[in-house]
Formats: sequence, C-alpha cells, structure tokens
Amino acid sequence: MALTLAPTRNGQRPGSPSRSRKVSPGRIAAWTYLAVVMAVTLFPFYWILRTALSNNYLLATDPSSPLPVGFTWGAFERALGLASAAEAQAQGGSGASLDIALFLRNSLIYATSQTLLIVLFSAAGAYAFSRLHWRGRNLVFSILITALMVPTVFTLLPNFVMIKDLGLLNSFAGLVLPGGLFQAFTLFFLRQFMLGLSSEVEEAAIIDGAGPLRIFFRIILPMSSAPLATVSLLMFVNAWNDYFWPLLVTSSQDVQPLTLGLGVFKQSSPQAAPDWAGLMAAALIAALPILLLFLAFGKRIVNSIGFSGLK
Amino acid sequence: MVVTSKGNHTTPVKPSPGAAGAAATTATSLLTKKDGRPAKGGKLAKIRRSTPTRSFAARRKDLPVALLLIFPSVVGFLVFYAYPTFRGIYLSFTDFRVLSPPNWVGLENLRTMVHDDVFWQSLWVTVYFVLLSVIFGTLVSLVTAVVLHRVTRSSTLRGVILLPFLISNVIAALVWQWMLDPTMGIINIALERLTGHSILFLGSTDWAIPAVAAISVWKWMGYYALLIFAGLQTIPPTIYEAGRVDGASEWQMFRRLTVPLLRPILAMVVVLTVINAFQVFDIVQVTTKGGPAHASNVLQKYIYDKAFSQFDFGYAATMSLALFALLITVTFTQLRLARANESDLN
Repeated sequence: MALTLAPTRNGQRPGSPSRSRKVSPGRIAAWTYLAVVMAVTLFPFYWILRTALSNNYLLATDPSSPLPVGFTWGAFERALGLASAAEAQAQGGSGASLDIALFLRNSLIYATSQTLLIVLFSAAGAYAFSRLHWRGRNLVFSILITALMVPTVFTLLPNFVMIKDLGLLNSFAGLVLPGGLFQAFTLFFLRQFMLGLSSEVEEAAIIDGAGPLRIFFRIILPMSSAPLATVSLLMFVNAWNDYFWPLLVTSSQDVQPLTLGLGVFKQSSPQAAPDWAGLMAAALIAALPILLLFLAFGKRIVNSIGFSGLK
Repeated sequence: MVVTSKGNHTTPVKPSPGAAGAAATTATSLLTKKDGRPAKGGKLAKIRRSTPTRSFAARRKDLPVALLLIFPSVVGFLVFYAYPTFRGIYLSFTDFRVLSPPNWVGLENLRTMVHDDVFWQSLWVTVYFVLLSVIFGTLVSLVTAVVLHRVTRSSTLRGVILLPFLISNVIAALVWQWMLDPTMGIINIALERLTGHSILFLGSTDWAIPAVAAISVWKWMGYYALLIFAGLQTIPPTIYEAGRVDGASEWQMFRRLTVPLLRPILAMVVVLTVINAFQVFDIVQVTTKGGPAHASNVLQKYIYDKAFSQFDFGYAATMSLALFALLITVTFTQLRLARANESDLN
C-alpha cells in the first residue's frame, strides 16, 4: 500500500486522513479488497432472493443458474400458507405449510413489548442514576452493572426454571420478562447520555416548581429522543433475532417467534431434499421487517455501533 | 495538545464531544444535530459537565422518586440476574432434574464432568471454533476497517457491511447451509468446476467447525469492523501527517501507529469475539445439530442437550459454571495481556 498523502487542508474532517485523488497501486488494491468483501457480504442475500423465486422442483436441474430457475411466486405462496397442498407438491414443496402470519404476529408482540418495556424502564433508571441525587446512587448503579459480567448463557437454565416455577412457560410474559425489566447495556448507555445533558433547562423547571417526575417526562425524555431511538432499534433487532430463550420457554405455536418457526418449517419436509425455495422465501419474509427498519434508520444504527465500545 | 485544522484554538487530543464533526463514537456527539448544540455550543460544553446545583429541599424529595424509578431495574436485576446466578451455582452441586426437588450431591457432577469424554471433546471443539473465529474474524474486520477508513467516507458502504449482523443467526445458518449443500449448493458447484472435487462441509467431521466458523465470521465481521472503524476515527490525522513527514510508508504507519493506537479497541473486539464464540449455539443447532459424530458438538449445544433431552439439569448447570469460569479467566487474561486500559493516545 503506497498512498500519497497531501498536507492537510482546512476544512478536512477530523479523523480521516487527507487523501489525494491520484490512482495508485495501493488504492486499486484497497478498492479490490473492498469489492471482494462487499461481494461476499451481499451474495448470500442475493442467493436467498434468487432461490425464493425459483421452482423448487426445477432447482436441481440448474443449481448454478444466477437467475431464478423456473421463475414463480410459488415459494412465497407456500411460505405464507396460500398454496394448496397439491400446488405445493407440484412445485417440489412439502405438503406442510408454515403458518407464517401467526409466527410473524408472535415475533412482533415479543419484540415490540420487550423493546417498549426495556427502553421505558432503562430510561427511568438512567434518569434516577444520573439526574437525581440520593444516597447510595453510585453504589447501587455499580452493583447493577455487574450484570455485564455474567454471560447470558449462565443464567439461561436457572431462568428457565424460574419461569417454569412462576407458571409462565408458553406465555408472552415468560418470553418478555427476563429481558424486559433490566438490561445492563441499555441502562448504562442511557445514563451515559443523560449525565452529559445541560442542567439549565432543568434548573429553570425546578424554580418553576416542577417535581422530578414531571422533569423526567417533560424535559429529559424529549431531550433524549435520539439515544432512545438508537437503543430501541438495537433492542428490537435483538429480540426479533432471539432464538435460544424462546426455544427454552415456548413449545406451542401460539407464542413461538419466527426464528423457531423457520426451524419448524425446515423439519416439516419429510422427503430427503428440503424445500429450499420455500425456506428461502420464509427466511426473506422473516428478515424483511429488520431490513426495512435498516433502510429507514440505517445511519443511526451504523453510528450507534461505535459507541458501545468507546467511552 | 494539538492544533486542529478547524479554527485556531487548541483542544486536547482526546476526542471531545464538542468537536464538530468528530467521530460518532461518543453518545453526545452521536446525538447532536448536524449544526451542533442549540446555540452557545462552546459555552454549553463547559457547563454540561457540571452537576446540576440543586436546592437542599429539592434533593430531599429525590429519594422516593428515585426508588420508584429504579424499581423495575432492581427487580429485574435481582430476579433474573443475581438470583439465577447464585441458583445456577447451587444447582451445579445437586442432582436437579426439574421434576423432583434438588438433592445435594456435592462434587459428584464435577467428578462426572472430568471423566466425561464427550465434555472434553465438546470443549475442544468449542476452543477450535473460538480460535478460528477470533483469528479470521479479527483479521478481516481490522483490514476492512482500515481500508474503509483510508479510501472512503461512504456511510452506505458501512451500512452494507453491517447487513449480515442484522439478520438472525437462524437465517444466516439456513442460507449458508443451502449454499454449502453437497450437491446443489452453489459453493460446491463452483468448487467442482474449479478443482474437480466437492466438499461435504457441514456433513464432514473435518469441515463442520470451519464451516460454522465461516458463517459466524460472515455474520459478525461488519459489526466488529465498524467498532474498529469508530476507534480509527478517534486517531488524530496529524499523527499520520507526522509519520508521512518522517517518510514512513503506509505499511509502517499501519504497524507502528494504527495498531498500537488501536490496542484498546482491538483488545475489546477480541474479548467480545471470544465471549460470543464460546457461547455459539443457534448456528450449530440449525445446521448440524452437533454432528456428524459430535464433530461440531459445541459446549453450549452439549449443555442444552443434557438439560432438555436428558433433563440432567444439575450436570448441565455444572458445565455452565465451568464455561462461566472459563470465560472470566480468558477475559481477564486477555485484558492483562493486551494492557487494554492503556492507550498511547493519552
């Protein structure tokens, strides 16, 4: 790599070295590398789409075709349970259909309610740990943050036993509660932000006789809308993609989220060759909400990644 | 102290949240609007750090409200973190099988574990997976982050490499299983045309773990690359200019400047990768179910099978405890080795 760097010009964005626009071997190598990385990153997404639009029966005839084989919407119809068993089998699907609407609903309930709860409770806690003054504040916070040290894996089994003892197996409450009341990361993230807020508005409100609760809802929450949105997005993505916890505490399709539904769909093909087209269509439908969120809030998510590791 | 290219006032090298256009690595800079803070940015920045001065009367009212507000967090912590942690430790000394109350068996489970060949094999399989993930994952993430940082500012590209991170492990596992399919998978068809051989990948004892590691690296690479990228943005460009003036080549600057300055971030990325990799489960569960012949039977999968297929919760808890202890040890050792708390930027 031999890039030539021009001296800094004014108006250079701090944090990025200044660059000359000269084409050099180093630049070519760098862009080639990036192109390869992008291709490897994106190819599986294309392959999902290409397979989902294929006729599962004909897939085997031309497995390497870059375009869908025997273009059809059949796989999506099967995944959505719109195809009759006869139609499905004619296209090489299994007779089984996946009640994807139900799984989608469950995922939506699980991810939404967990996100709302954890963001609200973390914001309330973060406010108490950053803007209110009380004895033992920092000690209690330090104790709560020790939860970061315990790997999730260690608490999974005891938590399963706890949910079972509470009689909450196979219920949304059992799914949501452990992650909905407290997560060290969200509490830490929001407190960190609130510590940096200016106290001028707050002081004016105190002089006007506003109490702490009113200040929280009227001033601090609106001022924190950006980090609240960031945390909400991250939490929603986490819950939407969660697999292990739902696997432990749910066994009925009435509460199982989509991640488990995909597994059910996969095992429901009795014949040797799975219905790959149907599976890929289902996977695409499962990923769609997240991809849409990403299209809408991509920048916010990308920029939030840097924070988690840096003070 | 360093003279920034904007204006002529000096600021500390540490990225201050107030620096306009600073890397979006601190919550504050992440959250300011493009035009900075509402008016008086410079002055506010000084005040913002100060704690609010409040009257004594206001302060006395804070305690009950604070207790109310932290109540859900404290309950969640006690019920779903603290208590389960101690209960997990307790259960590992019992013969708990869910249906009957636990009986204390002392170190019986530990003895079983030490003599359990499947446990040792799954530990080895897991360590193999961790090594592959850490070495390849960190390397690719680092190179990607550095190249991105040197040649482009496009946030679209950064968005694109984050895509795999946003989909679930289950979907990642499914699509790769399809691509790695022995007869119809595109990867094997390409291999066949290039070399005349195809590889069973997920169905072969030698390739199962490397294949699962590849899926995992594909999924996490973008996330770690962006973490490293954020770290790169905190390095003042003047350091590179100084290196340039001294006649350092790009490679020398990477070796002598970038890597040492990134040490804390790299240490963190390695630690996070290790912690994640030791807990690998869903990719294995979806693709190989631990097979063939235990070749990809990672620790977490073995624990899950013990607990939910054989209902041997006591033994599963013991193995979880072993994994926990292992993670703590590895993490601390790594942080000590990397001297993660020292950055050459200070």
